[in-house]
Formats: sequence, C-alpha cells, structure tokens
Amino acid sequence: MDQRDVADLEAGLQEIWDTAAQLGLDPYPVHFEVVPAPIMHEFGAYGLPGRFSHWTYGRAYQQLKTLYDYGLSKIYELVINTNPAYAFLVDTNSVLQNKVVVAHVLGHVDFFKHNAYFQLTNRQMLEGASVNAERIRQYEFRHGSREVESFLDAVLSIQEHVEFSVRRRSTPTAAGSRRPAPARETPYDDLFYVGSERPPEPAAAPHQVPREPERDLLLFIAEHARGLEDWQLDVVHIVRAEQLYFRPQMMTKIINEGWAAFCHARIMRAMDLSASDHLEFSRMHASVLSPSRRQLNPYYLGMKLFEDIERRWDSDKVKEVRELESDVSFLRNYLTAELVEELDLYLYERKGNEWVVVDKDWEKVRDSLTRALTNFGQPYIVVKDGDFKSNGELYLEHFFEGQELEIPYATRTLEQVFRLWGRTVHLATQLGEKSAVLSFDGREHTRK
Amino acid sequence: MQPVVTLTQNDWSLHRKGPIDLARHNAKVKDAIRGDLPAIVGEEAIITADDNKIVKVPIRSLELPHFRFRSGDEPQVGQGTGNSRPGDVIGQAPAEGGPGKGRGAGEVPGIDYYEAELTVDEIAALVFEDLGLPFLQPKSKNRLETEAVRFHDVRRNGALSNLEKRRTILENLRRNARSGEPGFRGLTNDDLRFRTWEPTIVEDNNAVIIAMRDVSGSMGEFEKYITRSFYFWMVRFLRTTYANVEIVFITHHTEAREVDEDSFFHLGESGGTRVSSAYQLALDVVHERYDPSAWNVYAFHFSDGDNWGDLDNQRCVELVHSILGVANAFGYGEIREGGPATRSTLMSAFAPIQEERFVRVGIASKEEVYPALRTFFARTPVTT
Repeated sequence: MDQRDVADLEAGLQEIWDTAAQLGLDPYPVHFEVVPAPIMHEFGAYGLPGRFSHWTYGRAYQQLKTLYDYGLSKIYELVINTNPAYAFLVDTNSVLQNKVVVAHVLGHVDFFKHNAYFQLTNRQMLEGASVNAERIRQYEFRHGSREVESFLDAVLSIQEHVEFSVRRRSTPTAAGSRRPAPARETPYDDLFYVGSERPPEPAAAPHQVPREPERDLLLFIAEHARGLEDWQLDVVHIVRAEQLYFRPQMMTKIINEGWAAFCHARIMRAMDLSASDHLEFSRMHASVLSPSRRQLNPYYLGMKLFEDIERRWDSDKVKEVRELESDVSFLRNYLTAELVEELDLYLYERKGNEWVVVDKDWEKVRDSLTRALTNFGQPYIVVKDGDFKSNGELYLEHFFEGQELEIPYATRTLEQVFRLWGRTVHLATQLGEKSAVLSFDGREHTRK
Repeated sequence: MQPVVTLTQNDWSLHRKGPIDLARHNAKVKDAIRGDLPAIVGEEAIITADDNKIVKVPIRSLELPHFRFRSGDEPQVGQGTGNSRPGDVIGQAPAEGGPGKGRGAGEVPGIDYYEAELTVDEIAALVFEDLGLPFLQPKSKNRLETEAVRFHDVRRNGALSNLEKRRTILENLRRNARSGEPGFRGLTNDDLRFRTWEPTIVEDNNAVIIAMRDVSGSMGEFEKYITRSFYFWMVRFLRTTYANVEIVFITHHTEAREVDEDSFFHLGESGGTRVSSAYQLALDVVHERYDPSAWNVYAFHFSDGDNWGDLDNQRCVELVHSILGVANAFGYGEIREGGPATRSTLMSAFAPIQEERFVRVGIASKEEVYPALRTFFARTPVTT
C-alpha cells in the first residue's frame, strides 16, 4: 500500500464503521496501524506487541515468517483486545482486502466488548505487557539474561496451568491457609469464665495446604514455594497475568472468528461496492472460509452456526449467543444434526498410512469437537498437597479422563516444576488401568 | 468529536524484536549441536552432502516441555465437500517411525524433535571451533599466508559505519573548548573521525599433512567409512583454517603409492597389509619435497592394525621414530569395531614408544570420530 492507498483506506474507515453500527455492532473505538509483513509475523508470534523476550517467541516468529516466505500462509489481521482496541493491517494487502479486514476486526472488537468471558480482562494490556517486558529486561541486567531465561523456561512450561474464571476469585487462599485472628484480649476476659474452668486454647488444627485441590499451579507456586527470590516471584506473576489475559481468547476461537466472519460478510454486502471490488471481496471471503479436510476452519464453522441461529431464531438471539457462549457451549448448544450433515463434518483417523473417514454420526462429531476443546485440550492438573510427607514436597494430581499423559514430556516438565518448587515434586496420573506416581527429586526420576 | 476509527502508518524498519529473539533461538540451536557433535560428525549424510546443502539435525533438548496428552490415537474432526462416507480416504499420512513425531519403533516414544536446518559449512564451523595444528614451529621459509585486515589509522573521511566515536567526541570537545565554551554539543562534519584499514599479509607457518590410509582387504565397510569420515573432516578443516597447507595422500596395502585426493577417498582395493611401505613412502616424500627445516610436517595413518607379521611391526616402530625425527607430530588411528579390548599387534608394538608427539587413538564407533579429531588437532602453543 502506498500513501495514496493508505489515504484511500482511511477515507473508507468511517463508512465501514457506520455500516457496522447500523447492523447493530457496538465495538470499542479502534486504532489501525499499517505495518510490513515481518512486523505482523512478529506480533503474531508474541501475541502482543512489546511483550517480553523469550527464545520460544523467536522460533514462533521464524515459523510464521517461513510459512509466509513460501506462500503457505499469511496473517491478514491482528487485533488486540484493549480499549481502545488496536489492530494491524499488512501493507502488502490491497485497499479492498484491508477494508474487509477492517470489517472483520470490528466484529472481533464487538465480541471482545460484549462476550461474557472477556468482562474481566485487562483492557490496558498493551501497556501492561510493555511494563512487564521492561521489568523482565531489568531482571536480565541485574541477574544475567541466561539466569532469567532459564527461569522463564520453567515458568512457561507450566503456563497453561492457571485458573480462569468468569468471576474474580475472592482473595486467593483466604479460606484456611492462615490462622483465624486471635480473639481480642482485654483485662476483663477472665470475667467470662468466673466459676468455670477456662477452656483450653483451641489447638491450631492441622490443615492441609491447599484445602481444596488447587488448579492454579502458578499461583500456588507463587504463594507457597520456598526460596524463590522477589524477581522470580514477579516473573511468575507476570506470566500468570498474561496467561489470564489470553485465556478468554483461547476459549472462544470458533465463536469469535465465526462472529467476525459473520459480521464482515454482512458489512461488506451492505456497502456499495463496485463490481470489481465485489469480485475481489467474494474471492477473499471464499478463500478465508474454504473448508479443510483434516482440520476445522473456525471461520467457516462459526459463521455457519451463526447463520443457522439467525435462521432458526432472529438477530436478537444471535447477539445473545455472542454474549453468553464460549466455544464449548456454542457447539454443544447449537451444532445440530442438520448442520453436521450440511457441512459434511466427519471423524477421521489414521489407518496404516492413510487418513480415513471413520464416522459421520453427528453426536459423535459434536462430542469429539467439544472434548478436544475442553480445558483447551490440555490435561487437568491440580495441586493436592504442598507439604507432602510433611517435608514440603509438592504433590500434583492429573484428573484422569480417559486420555493418558505423554510420559517423556511429563517427566521433563516435572524437572521444570522442581526448578520452581525447590523440593521433590510428584505427579499422580494413570497409565492404562494402573495408577502411577512420577517423582523427581532434583537428581533422578522414579515411577511407582 | 473524537474519531472512533483511526489509521496510521509508521516506519518500522528499525524494529528488531523478533529477529533478536530468533538469534537467541539460533544460538541455542548451536549450543545444542555443540553438545551433539560426536553424533553429527559421524553422520554419513553430512560428509556426502554438498557444501551448501541444508542438513536437518534433530535436536531434542530445544522443546519446552509441557504436560500433555499422548497424541495420535483419538479420531479427529474434518470437513468434506459433501457426501463423504466412512471409509473414504482423505489423505496420505507421513510414514511412521521417522525421526520426527510419532510413537513408532523408538524406545523413547513421542518426543518431538526440533529439526535445525544448517548448511554443512555452518556445522563445519562448529566442529572446527577450537581445533588447530599441534606442535607448530616457526620455520625459516614462510609460505603459509593469511590475508587480514587491520584497522590502524584514523582519518577525516570515511564510511559512517567506521565512525571512530571516541575520537569524534574528543574533536568536538576540543573545538568547543577552543571557542571558549567547553562541553559536548553541536557535532559538525569537521569533528567526525573515521577508522581506516589496510590489508596486510600475515605470514603463517607452512605445513604439509601426509595422510595415509590402509586400503587392504581386511578393512571392512565400517573401517573404510571411519577413515573416510575422519579424513573428510581433516581435509575440510585444514582447507578452511589454513590458506596454504599442503596435503599428500598415500594409500597402501602391501605396497604404498601416492594418489590424488579423489582416488584417496574413493579407492577400494584388497590384498594384504604391510604398513611399513606407507611409512617408508611418507619418509621419502618428506626428504624429496618437504625439507623439515622449512616445513611443519604432520603424518596421519588410519588402519585396522592387522599388519603382516611382527617383522613388519618392528620395522614400523623404527620408521615412526624416523618420521618423528622430521615431523612435528604423528597420529595413528586404529579402527576396531570390537573396541579397545581387541588391540592389534601393531598397536602393541607401538605401546613402548614414549613420545607425546606420537598420538594414538582407537576408534570403535562413528561417535568416536569427533573425539579423535579433537585429540589429533588439539591446539598447542607454537613451540620454538
């Protein structure tokens, strides 16, 4: 896009915004920035511009860049959930393509603003991420970049294990980890016991930490690990805060993309396009929505669901769904037998050296989809005991739901947990019919 | 009213965050490869590859581990174009048991490897990082020349990338002080100073390598492979590190002869073994063409050690002494698949030689080529 194109696009922004408003969209204000493709890959790799440095992001950057260089994939748009929202457009797109992207972005921002799961997200995350990055940079200066990097390695390897909730949890661990405040002492206390034996002091009840199984590993480690330095605690909290920011986006991929595709189609069709623009839009729309034989296209599936909901109910119902549902509930509540048939969804698996369709039963398709999305497709792991064997050891438990853990990964992840916890760590899980406990004491692994 | 949608385009050309973290990732790849060099040096795919060909090196340690499910067993959801039926084939799966993913034959299931992509040159640079010619001596006639660039002067004109900042600031301070208001401000073109260079010839010590190789019938596929592998790296190392080192190639069975590089690497012969023939030829070559007073001479010999009787072994011991008399060092590599337990008669004959410049190495597996390289080319200070 040269300067004239940018001016052209700028002139079209207001029209897109007004069209979106007429169609009932209510996004936050959006600032668009036109960037070169490598910058787009970088933001895509980090998730947020200005986020802290880590070699894994460098690798993600390379992968996105390679895919682009070989013409295999291309990021059209990137939008940041903040208020005002920020979105990035690629300068190699045509003006019309970027107009479609703008319409698409307005759908995302409307979703961020209204969907229930986003109500508690930090809408100043762009600044937050920069401040976090700056703090981590300072720690690198003070403690050495290798030291900070290897600590980040450990934290990032369990970063998924945070607890996201639509409601803010009350002060963490308030229930029980601290002793009840002692009753106030006054000079007249003994009057209460005149004529009777003074009751013995209630013995501090032995309590287990945590009282309830705790699934927020990062929080538990931040609060209970001994021997972490202040900067290390801060790093744990930074990673956790950024994870919590990304959680709602991870649980609404299909519905969010579906909504954005649904919106951009509406907006573009409502606008007055020239014949050639219309053709270009149709081409782009079709390529974005093209189904894939071995993967679900979230844009397509989500958009089809919304179209179906509008057909079966009305546009108010559509808005209600975009407010209330996440991917799992969206599919569970609205994916019907007819849709599975119409979209030609199927279950496939590997047979020998081929991928083969094995089932077309709509309920099995739906259940397989929702199961894969439950808990982000990750194992559900909780802290059972933070003082195991009364020796300060950490006892984790995997809630077994039929799928085994990959053991080589589990043992290597335990090494990282050990680095954070500083004492022996255990993980109870199930292998086949038998239960097993993997342990790592800093030197060797054992399995019982 | 504040606009609700805005658009800007800025200059991002100096933005480098992604590439910087990528560089860190690549540095980690190199670290990992350094730890894995014995396996890589022994890899056949590498020594037969072109210089610029990209070789994939699997690295296990570069994956950030996570708790995750065993993969691959669950059916997944896909989408057809209409009317697909159970039994339809929708694609070809990659072969199982490859070095990448999959729980196939390997004993360590399900570890994803990160496949680093490097050219042979890049790998070679890592292999050669701290190798050097041992016991190097300054000789009268210098022929090993290396061109070097030396920055040694400062001028008023030059390329901005060669700006000499310290001198530039100094000039500015001086000029301001002269004008009566000391301090650093108002840089002008007159203040700028640039570093300039001159190409210089650094004269190095000249060296000749005599590479000897046993091609007799007793050298099996493994022995041949190891020899080839070692000499491949040696020749590459010498050519990339020293501009002007000469290499003499000698093969032998019962008779030795001097061959060119290509036949040295590809020749397959048979017959008995008389090692002394090679040593004698090496000695003759040195006497005829490489005057030890002008040349650093290095001799290397690879064999399985199955020599033709004790008489010849004794002869070899004598010749080793003679060669050490004219050479800086002599390296003998013995390849025995069974390991050091099955030491050859030749190695036993060499055992009494007490001389640190006579380096003996036993190689029993591909992974030992790299340690052998490091032993033979351990860099020692130049002796005078």
